[in-house]
Amino acid sequence: MAERPEDLNLPNAVITRIIKEALPDGVNISKEARSAISRAASVFVLYATSCANNFAMKGKRKTLNAGDVLSAMEEMEFQRFVAPLKESLEVYRREQKGKKEARKDKDKKTDSEEQDKSREEENDDDDERMEEEEQNDEEEVDN
Amino acid sequence: RGKMAARLSGGENRLVSLPLSRIRVIMKSSPEVSSINQDALFLTAKATELFVQYLATYSYKHGRGKEKNALTYSDLSHTAEECETFQFLADILPKKILASKYLKMLEKEKRDGEVGEGDEDEEEDEAVEDIR
Repeated sequence: MAERPEDLNLPNAVITRIIKEALPDGVNISKEARSAISRAASVFVLYATSCANNFAMKGKRKTLNAGDVLSAMEEMEFQRFVAPLKESLEVYRREQKGKKEARKDKDKKTDSEEQDKSREEENDDDDERMEEEEQNDEEEVDN
Repeated sequence: RGKMAARLSGGENRLVSLPLSRIRVIMKSSPEVSSINQDALFLTAKATELFVQYLATYSYKHGRGKEKNALTYSDLSHTAEECETFQFLADILPKKILASKYLKMLEKEKRDGEVGEGDEDEEEDEAVEDIR
């Protein structure tokens, strides 16, 4: 299966669903409109990323964090998003924490102690690993 | 509290619908970006969903498509042009004009170039209206 390395499009089905749920029942969305919104969403991601990155650089950081994204929203005049985003983030963080703890509990029930130790370390490094992966990608990929 | 539980359980009420992996691909296509922390990735995905909702509802509310119970490309294009918040989309959501009008525009430009100041003969060449 040929993989396009840079598919910058978002899945049509998901975009369509989001639009449908936002609009009143029964409103038709032309294919052209749907496609346009999808493209707009991709552009939004790029714009938001660029903006957030500026905040990260100002803070002399190489990693984009939550605060950078929220600052970007304000900068882009989407202040209305900030409150719901903060709320969602709280839920997300709790969810992630719950998952981590569930994994740790599961590990405690496994056989050897050694396995537990190595897996626990992995879990702790989960968030870190993402960043490390990013850096590795940068080294390998040709631009 | 029931709502939140539903959101966490997946399906239509999950916390975020857009795939984080795809969002990450788009973010990483920016050359200046080094790393993205997990929370930032989640927030970007969620913000994009909010953006889609906002663009759709705003365009529907202010557009003429709703006269026929529809959201049209024209509504979106109109939003990009009229609303400052969405102006960053103006280039990718250009207004459309009839081909015949476009040809007239080209002809007029050419005539203006040849004569100098431009003829005021063809007064019918008003500012181009987009088709709706």
